[in-house]
Amino acid sequence: MHASGLSPRSHHADNAFRWTAALAAGLVLVILGLVAATMTARAWPAFSHMGVSFLTSRDWSPADDQYGALAFGFGTLYTSALALALAVPISLGVALFVTQVAPGWAKRPLIYLLDLCAVVPSVVWGLWGMLVLSERFGLGLSFLTAGLILAVMITPIITSLSREVIDTTPSADKEAALALGATRWEMIRATVLPHSRGGLVGAVMLGLGRAMGETIAVALVIGSTHGQITANPFASGNSMPAVIANEWGEADELHRSALIALAVALFALTIVVNLIATWIVRRRSPG
Amino acid sequence: MNAVELHARPSRRAASNLAMTCAMGLAVIVVAIPLFAVISAVVSRGASVVLDGFPDFLVAEIPPISRRAGPGMGPAIVGTLLVTGTATAIAVPLGVLGAVYLHEYGGRGVFARVVRFLAVVMTGVPSIVMGMFVYVMWTLRFGYSAFGGALALACLMLPVVIGSTEQMLRLVSDQLREASYALGASKSRTVLTVVLPAALPGIVSGALLAVARAAGETAPLLFAVGATKTFNLDLMGGANTALPLQIFQASSDLAFPAAEQRAWGAALTLVTLTFLLTIAARLVVARTLRRRSGWKSS
Repeated sequence: MHASGLSPRSHHADNAFRWTAALAAGLVLVILGLVAATMTARAWPAFSHMGVSFLTSRDWSPADDQYGALAFGFGTLYTSALALALAVPISLGVALFVTQVAPGWAKRPLIYLLDLCAVVPSVVWGLWGMLVLSERFGLGLSFLTAGLILAVMITPIITSLSREVIDTTPSADKEAALALGATRWEMIRATVLPHSRGGLVGAVMLGLGRAMGETIAVALVIGSTHGQITANPFASGNSMPAVIANEWGEADELHRSALIALAVALFALTIVVNLIATWIVRRRSPG
Repeated sequence: MNAVELHARPSRRAASNLAMTCAMGLAVIVVAIPLFAVISAVVSRGASVVLDGFPDFLVAEIPPISRRAGPGMGPAIVGTLLVTGTATAIAVPLGVLGAVYLHEYGGRGVFARVVRFLAVVMTGVPSIVMGMFVYVMWTLRFGYSAFGGALALACLMLPVVIGSTEQMLRLVSDQLREASYALGASKSRTVLTVVLPAALPGIVSGALLAVARAAGETAPLLFAVGATKTFNLDLMGGANTALPLQIFQASSDLAFPAAEQRAWGAALTLVTLTFLLTIAARLVVARTLRRRSGWKSS
């Protein structure tokens, strides 16, 4: 096919390059496999000590060697749900505004704005949430404050994924709707939304995955109360990653193993959510 | 949506269109509010700290007792540069190579498709899990060091770089590759001297965005870097520190005004660093696009 057949030396170099590149790609599999294997091994003492009650008990008291993670799982899901409830309509609105409404010159600055939102470090959002949202606005250290901060943090990612999906709507469909006399909103409802539904679900699920794994910002504003399972958004609580970050420093042997077990559970949870989300997004785009 | 309905209540249809358009515009404003709020808080509270006796804050050591007043984030700035720089040196070459495999060699093969799929999944692994992983694999054996933190950040950056690079490789036209083959170049030579240079601006931009995200990460460093308050330029040896770690630590000492001030100063330094990287990423692409379009039209 090309000159490699003519000179054996370049053929070897070619093969070496190919295999190096394959190894680099394979690193993804190696890392994911090692994460699952090594961390499960380290978490094993805690799993075998607690058995099923690791998942079903809300009693987490390191002093008595009791490690029930139920309340933290609740906190993770509750704050993520609050975040999605706020972030999804806003992200969808922004994505539609950028793709369907904004004039050409305004699109780029809007996208830059979202980029900047996405790179504000987690710990800075946390500091701001602590000193401004919680103290100045009186929201306290609570599920609600954590949900608000999470909503701000996942909006850029949901928006940018939604924007990509929405942009694939065939313009012939949109023009047909407009030619029939539809207003812009009717055009969006009749062509853009039905076309994008699957991809939008995937985008929201990827946002959910991010919200569940977000650590430092939540650790600073959620209040770190153990055993709290309540629907009251103004109550303080805890989430899986926040517990890990807050307790790691003073943890002994079994306590550390329990915190690693929390990380394993979080890993499993986010992997499942991301697998489903990626599958949904991939299914609708060829390749 | 039939014609009768279209004629029936034009005013109501126009009204709902207007209402929804306003709702979308409102969403944009709602997104901008927290961004401006956080930036103005960081600048208004941090600027005086950073500028007081400039450049003391950027170069002095961190006071050993957090309630003591006075500047200093020097060791954290050095630590952040050391950790992030090393992570970049590890993750970017590997990520680019991986993407080259996926796009130029693997194509639609099973291995490439599985890797591509799992790379996307891997971008969603929480950063604290990667930190914990590096603790188990590295810190337990070799102790705290800047290098451990760099490994954790590199694990986070790798799938991002793979994804953005492959997207850029897809934009390189096949005609370029074929022209190179026609001149007798081997595949590896084509990739290294034709395809990668053509995709370079996009690759650099994607890498810069990944670096900007990584520089602000706290959770993966918690278990790997430690938290000293003195300068440590040794990559492998001994505990180090970083700006996000110092902000996180200071957040438990906010009762002391000195600690709070240093936290805002560190936040301003960190935000400036990440914003500069993000803007640089945009400029690289914008400038190249302009040059390319100029070249095409002439």
